[in-house]
Amino acid sequence: MADIKLTNLNKSYGAVHILKDVNLDIKSGEFIVFVGPSGCGKSTLLRSISGLDQVTSGTLEIDKAVVNEVPPSKRGIAMVFQSYALYPHMSVFENIGFALENQGLSRAEIKKKVEAVGEMLQLTSYLTRLPKALSGGQRQRVAIGRAIVRGAKVFLFDEPLSNLDAALRVQMRMEIAKLKRDLPNTTMVYVTHDQVEAMTMADRIVVLQAGRVMQVGTPMELYENPNSTFVAGFIGSPKMNFITGAPADKLKAKTIGVRPEHFEFSKTKTDIEGTLDYTEILGSDSFLYVTTPSGMLTVREPGRTEFKTGQKLHLKPLAQHVHRFGDDDMRLTK
Amino acid sequence: MLKRFALEPSRIALNLAVIFIITLWTLPTAGLLISSLRDKNDIAASGWWTALASADRNQVGRLKGMADQVEKDGKFVISGNLFEGQDAVSGKVSFFGTKVQAPGAYAAGSTADLENGQTLTVSGDGTYTLTSPTAFDNERGGRVFYISSQPPRFTTENYQTVLFSEGIGRSFINSLTVTIPATIIPILIAAFAAYALAWMKLPFRGLLIAIIVGLLVVPLQMSLIPLLKLYNAAGNFFGVPSKTYLGIWLAHTGFGLPFAIYLLRSYIAGLPKDLIESAQIDGANDFKIFRRVVLPLCFPALASFAIFQFLWVWNDLLVAIVFLGSGPDQLVLTGKLNALLGSRGGNWEILTASAFVTIIVPLVVFFSLQRYFVRGLLAGSVKGG
Repeated sequence: MADIKLTNLNKSYGAVHILKDVNLDIKSGEFIVFVGPSGCGKSTLLRSISGLDQVTSGTLEIDKAVVNEVPPSKRGIAMVFQSYALYPHMSVFENIGFALENQGLSRAEIKKKVEAVGEMLQLTSYLTRLPKALSGGQRQRVAIGRAIVRGAKVFLFDEPLSNLDAALRVQMRMEIAKLKRDLPNTTMVYVTHDQVEAMTMADRIVVLQAGRVMQVGTPMELYENPNSTFVAGFIGSPKMNFITGAPADKLKAKTIGVRPEHFEFSKTKTDIEGTLDYTEILGSDSFLYVTTPSGMLTVREPGRTEFKTGQKLHLKPLAQHVHRFGDDDMRLTK
Repeated sequence: MLKRFALEPSRIALNLAVIFIITLWTLPTAGLLISSLRDKNDIAASGWWTALASADRNQVGRLKGMADQVEKDGKFVISGNLFEGQDAVSGKVSFFGTKVQAPGAYAAGSTADLENGQTLTVSGDGTYTLTSPTAFDNERGGRVFYISSQPPRFTTENYQTVLFSEGIGRSFINSLTVTIPATIIPILIAAFAAYALAWMKLPFRGLLIAIIVGLLVVPLQMSLIPLLKLYNAAGNFFGVPSKTYLGIWLAHTGFGLPFAIYLLRSYIAGLPKDLIESAQIDGANDFKIFRRVVLPLCFPALASFAIFQFLWVWNDLLVAIVFLGSGPDQLVLTGKLNALLGSRGGNWEILTASAFVTIIVPLVVFFSLQRYFVRGLLAGSVKGG
């Protein structure tokens, strides 16, 4: 059991206010992803939970106990760093066993636990190697092994996959998803700037902007009902199209948002007309970039496209998928 | 790939510079070593670069007197060997003469006509024949000047002399007695201080670092007398004599610490933050982080400081003169060399051998630790490793 509850959390470095009144309830066993652009405070939030950074005000509870003043090692957390942070002079075995050694466990116990973890992560034949003799994926697994071996209640991941190449990243994503299945009672908090990682792994996503929580929800909630233009623009790839002017006014909104896949082509004249500027054909989809009076729009078409560059297109958003946003860039409910 | 690099002009310039520096460094050292191994007469006669060639030397010998003359075929003959009674019998006479101004007047093997019908023949191996139509009446024989060429001779005698009879051996031990503790003590203190100043949250940490950087520029000469006064006062209080090894260890520690802390702190502060934080999360306290994570990783920095400090203390004369006495049980190598320069200034074989004994330890220290300068201990710990 490891619920995490953040109440009015604030964090400043001198005059710089990084986290602003963050409130968040993380349930035991949940996989939570913090996502946001660079500098939004997502790593600071994670470090505050870990105890590596002290919060300026507010309370931080793990398992209903306030841990604001508790040192990192006593919070029952484990952290996987972006840089792996393996001890370069220690073997894989010593790296994984270091925390157990600090807990004062006997050699036999350490050996038993480290070997169990090594087996779980397919590191058995590498236990005597130094980190420099491992590949990137193996190093990452050792870093995860260090977290597992302590039996921590909470795992904190700080952009753990951003140093890996694309293919390895997909593989490690699946391994972390499997880890989540194997450790159902462990709460996992994962920081990334990659919205694909967020969408594929999270139970719930927390979108942050400039130190504020913009929206919390399951990946599909955020995708289907973003509550602001920021969340709408951040979740989904390619980005949602934002249209202002006449088409928006007609729907009594300042801005309307339409995802690339939510357009249809009309033979007759519509509100949104433009010229096809550029096409990206990916095989399964084609992305059409259309210049209109309200800016460049991206349109997704399944399969190949028949349209030619320079051709005039009449676009029509699917009414049930149009997102309306008001003057404050927040979602309009009526 | 390599071929392309080799053709770059900057690469060539670099290689030339390296060769130049190596030559600049190696040549005098080699000269010192070779000189110290040569015979003392050879050193005086020719430079070390001629050590492998035979050396020409002007020498003088005396012929035998009337007592050894033999009458033969109506002539009186004295024969003998110029090298008789000399230790260097391996030489070879190339020229000889009877006047000091012209020792090379006659080639070896030829016959010189002297006054009164006397003739002198000297052959290469030093044997001579002096003939005269009349009986010799001189008690002592005349002098013969000759140029002999000596084959090169190498010897360890010089080392035996300096180590055992000139007192260099004892000074060597004294120097080690000063240098080893004076290297280890500052490292022990500085490593702890450097970790604390790099990673622990201390009040006035920035101020402490600033003070240490400031101390780097304090000239040693300025603080020498106050330090000595302080030490003597403390020594009086505890009833300890003023010139002791403990005193010089403390002095070198004090002079070495600012640089040691500065160097080690820069290195330790440059270790990846993630490593330290990871160890914190793993439940290690500061002492454990220092011992298990930081200390093994900053070994290259420790080694480089050890080399600096060792060489500085080993080569130091000033602090040794001030803090140690000049008796044989306290005089260090630099002091001993200085004394030898005065008393044995002309004896190059003593000076070169002593000098080489002095540099041999720094050479060993440097070559045994230099690989830590270049070894990347951090490989594999963080991204890109």
